Amino acid sequence: MAEIIQEEKAGGKKKAKKLAPHIDMTPMVDLMCLLITFFMLTTAFNKPKIMEIVLPEKQTDPNAEPPKIPGSRTLNIILGPDNKIYWYPGVVKPEDYNNLPPLQETDFSATGIRKMLLERNRALFKKIDVLNNLVLTGKLVISQDSVKGSIKQLKKDDDTGPIVLIKAFKKANYGNVVDIFDEMNICGVAHYMLVDITWFEEKMVETATGIAPTPTTPTKK
Amino acid sequence: MPKIKLPTKSPHIDMTPMVDLFCVVLIFLMLTATMRQTEPAPVDTPFSISEKPTPNFNVMTLLLSKNDKVYLNFDNGPDTTLRFRPRILAEMGKRYNIEFTEAELKEFEKYPSSMGVPILKMKEFLAIKDVKQRAAIETGIPIDSTDNQLADWILYTRQINPNVQACIKGDSKTSYPLVKRVLDIMQEKNVKQFNLITSLDAVKINLAEIQK
Repeated sequence: MAEIIQEEKAGGKKKAKKLAPHIDMTPMVDLMCLLITFFMLTTAFNKPKIMEIVLPEKQTDPNAEPPKIPGSRTLNIILGPDNKIYWYPGVVKPEDYNNLPPLQETDFSATGIRKMLLERNRALFKKIDVLNNLVLTGKLVISQDSVKGSIKQLKKDDDTGPIVLIKAFKKANYGNVVDIFDEMNICGVAHYMLVDITWFEEKMVETATGIAPTPTTPTKK
Repeated sequence: MPKIKLPTKSPHIDMTPMVDLFCVVLIFLMLTATMRQTEPAPVDTPFSISEKPTPNFNVMTLLLSKNDKVYLNFDNGPDTTLRFRPRILAEMGKRYNIEFTEAELKEFEKYPSSMGVPILKMKEFLAIKDVKQRAAIETGIPIDSTDNQLADWILYTRQINPNVQACIKGDSKTSYPLVKRVLDIMQEKNVKQFNLITSLDAVKINLAEIQK
């Protein structure tokens, strides 16, 4: 006990010296907290990504023949109101005005449009999947660029998958358009394009949704 | 009765490790910071699986807001001496018979976000310093066929910076007719390839599962 007291006494003398190295860091911590909060709130961590789209050339010559595509491979997807998708296979001509094919309704879920697209595009999708798996498991060692090149070549050579014509009803929104393009990329569809909706397709959507048809004059485009 | 004396402990906590940690976090944030751009209208971009990052330069961004307004932004070029922004504005001024002063061109050059004012109100817009007052006169760039200023902007941007890439940043709720109109204007001006700005959302599909 005596020793302890002695020590305390000795410590008391040195008190002034002991306090000196202690700096109160609270204001510094406060400031740092503020700075960290500021940076965290103003930083954009993930840069936005981009999705490339190529539009077809504008038809300047009204008499020019539109490019011919086989009707059996054509798949028409119409983006409807309320995030719904309508689709029908084949080609409809304006002459079939009284005999329009029924529209199938689906949605943007994995069991909706994606299942439908994959069923039609299975052959190509399998080829791409096999290639990706080979690269992932290390059985095939090629650079990332040549993987992209091979996938591009596979898509180019594809002659069984659907040719998707994407059309948007006037009540669709921008999110739907991006979603459907995304769906095309996910399912590896080789040929797809965004085209104008025709007046009879608008009618088909209107009858399918039960929206009172707007008086449109049938104009041939 | 003897009182129970609690051992008096010093209330001082050693904050050095905490300060160390904060320092590290702070330096990390400062080095990785790319300032979030302030946009004149809040935009929720749709999601996609695309992993390509947006380019830093030679971009022309069309912002399509939820309430059907069109805003435009373009960068000043990869080199500060190029000064694309004031040159494009000067060209636009010539087209609409508006003489912009050197100060106004400077102000436009350093204006950081997308702008959506008709060209006739540009002078007034550049003179205002307050953000809220600026937002009040931002009615969107006119895109009607009678007063198609967006087409002129695109034309001069492409004339002055031939390498420019068009990007569309739209809100998911933007109505399709507006998107269609903007795409038509771009097609008319011969912009065929463009990029849609999206947020990343990875999707993995299992072929066997879907086939079931």
